[in-house]
Amino acid sequence: MGNFSSFADFLQMGTHGLYVWLSYGIALVIFIYNIVSAYWLKRQFFINAKRRLRREQGTV
Amino acid sequence: MKIKMPRWFYQLASPRWFYEFTGALLPWFSAAAILLLVIGTVWGLVFAPADYQQGNSFRIIYIHVPSSILAQSCYMMMAVAGAVGLVWKMKIAHVVAGACAPIGASIAIMSLATGAIWGKPTWGAWWVWDARLTAMLVLLFLYIGVIALNSAFENKASADKATAILSLVGLVNIPIIKYSVEWWNTLHQPATFTVTEKPAMPPEMWVPLLVMALGFYCFFAVVLMSRARTEVLEREKRSDWVKRVIQSY
Repeated sequence: MGNFSSFADFLQMGTHGLYVWLSYGIALVIFIYNIVSAYWLKRQFFINAKRRLRREQGTV
Repeated sequence: MKIKMPRWFYQLASPRWFYEFTGALLPWFSAAAILLLVIGTVWGLVFAPADYQQGNSFRIIYIHVPSSILAQSCYMMMAVAGAVGLVWKMKIAHVVAGACAPIGASIAIMSLATGAIWGKPTWGAWWVWDARLTAMLVLLFLYIGVIALNSAFENKASADKATAILSLVGLVNIPIIKYSVEWWNTLHQPATFTVTEKPAMPPEMWVPLLVMALGFYCFFAVVLMSRARTEVLEREKRSDWVKRVIQSY
């Protein structure tokens, strides 16, 4: 597997497994945060907007 | 001040056109981001050779360098968009600037965190008050300042103006970050990529880095457009076209 003799070797990253996986983990968390927060803003907008639109149409 | 600009510039200023145009771009950028990031990660983690001095901790470069350059590019984009908004009174520019801030802050955190983690096995310390690191920390504080200032105003137009001015003032930090490794004695190594010189590492190492950097930019484009589109709808919610968008959602 690439530069590693085994999967266990890959996980250990020599002696730097903790540092490498912590870095990639943080990156993954921040990527997910960005996707989820952007999606959440959009969802929240449409929920509120639909409610408002229904209310407006109800009174007219 | 009135400067004549090409037609597309004014089209871009139309909220509806912006919404439809970015809607068409989004799937392409999403696909490119996923493809580049997956290829770059596997290549960097598995197939790139280990560094002869740093061993496998070197693989942190594939997160650290792209996030560092993106955090700075994002800041420049925020400042330029703010300036365009100020000069041409263009609301879309302010929308884009506002969407840059939270994304940039999170990417700056990624750069600082991965830098600290890389610093431990390489320099023996999580953090040193070095010029490059300090300037990068200032960048994060600038982002936080912009976000805080933006939410401090009741009136959107005032918030737009104030944050545009703050981000323009903070722009002075960008060349400080770039030249910090040359102006001061520093632990931090100089730039990996320069326009004029060949990279100081073999292609097996820098090609995946380039792939990752492109992937980061595509990812940034996706979340930026996504946030900006929601903000456009929010600001234009009284108009007929937005009502149609809401109804068809």
